[in-house]
Amino acid sequence: MVPLNHYLILSAAIFAIGVVGVVIRRNLIVVLMSIELMLNAVNLTFIAFSRFLGSMEGQVVVFFVMAVAAAEAVVGLAIIISVFRHRQSLDPQEMQLLKW
Amino acid sequence: MTSSMMIFYLLAALLVLSSLMVVFQRNVVHCAMALVAALFLIAILFVTLQAAMVGVLQILVYAGAIMVLFLFVIMLLNPTALEPRRGLSWGFGMLVALLLAGALAALVSHNEAPADPFAATELFGAPESLAKSLFTDFVLPFEIASVLLLIAIVGAVVLAKREHN
Repeated sequence: MVPLNHYLILSAAIFAIGVVGVVIRRNLIVVLMSIELMLNAVNLTFIAFSRFLGSMEGQVVVFFVMAVAAAEAVVGLAIIISVFRHRQSLDPQEMQLLKW
Repeated sequence: MTSSMMIFYLLAALLVLSSLMVVFQRNVVHCAMALVAALFLIAILFVTLQAAMVGVLQILVYAGAIMVLFLFVIMLLNPTALEPRRGLSWGFGMLVALLLAGALAALVSHNEAPADPFAATELFGAPESLAKSLFTDFVLPFEIASVLLLIAIVGAVVLAKREHN
C-alpha cells in the first residue's frame, strides 16, 4: 500500500506546476487549463484522504468540485470568446482597461 | 518494493511529465492533449484509491466533455501566433512555484500520516455508497450544484452570443 504522504507530495507538485502555468503563460486558454490542473491536484488530495480515513465524504466533495469546474470552464471559455471578439487577442497582459 | 508502489511511481512520473507538458508546450492544441493525458492518469490514480465511480466520472466529465469544449474554443478562435518564448513574468512565476512546492512538500512530509489505512469494505467507493451519501447527507449541496449548472448554461449563452444592434 502506498503511504498517504506520497499522494500528498504528488498532489502538491501538480498544484505547483498549475501555478506556474497561471503565472507565466500568456494565453488565456492555457491559463484556464492550468486552473483545471490545480483543481485536479486538490481532487487527488480529497480522494487520498477519503481512502485513508475510510470516509465517503471526500468522494462526494470531489463530485461537487467537478460540477463547479464544469461551470467554471463553460463561463470562462464564454468570457474568452467574448474578449477575443473585442480585442482579437488572447494575451492577458493586454487586458488592462482598469489599469490606471 | 511492492507492485502497487511501482504502479504508483510509474503513474506519478507520467502525471508530472504530462503536467509539465501542459504548462511548457507552446502549441495550444498540444497543451490540451497533454491535459487529457494528465486527466486520464489522475482517473487511474482514483481507481487505485478505490474510487472507481469518481474515476469514471472524471473520464466522462473532464476528459470527455470539458476537454472537447476546450478544443472547440481553440479551433473556433484559431490563435495562430505562438506566444513569446519567455514573458516578463517567467522568473517570478518560477520563484513563486518553487517556494510553494517547497512549502507544501515540507508541510506534507512532516505530517503524521495514518500509515495503516482503513480496511476498505466491498461497498467503499461503489456507486451505491456514493449515491447514498449524496442523496441523504448532501441533498442541499446537490440541489445547489444543479442550480449552479443551470446558471452557468444561461450565462455562457448570454456571454458568447453575438451582439446585434
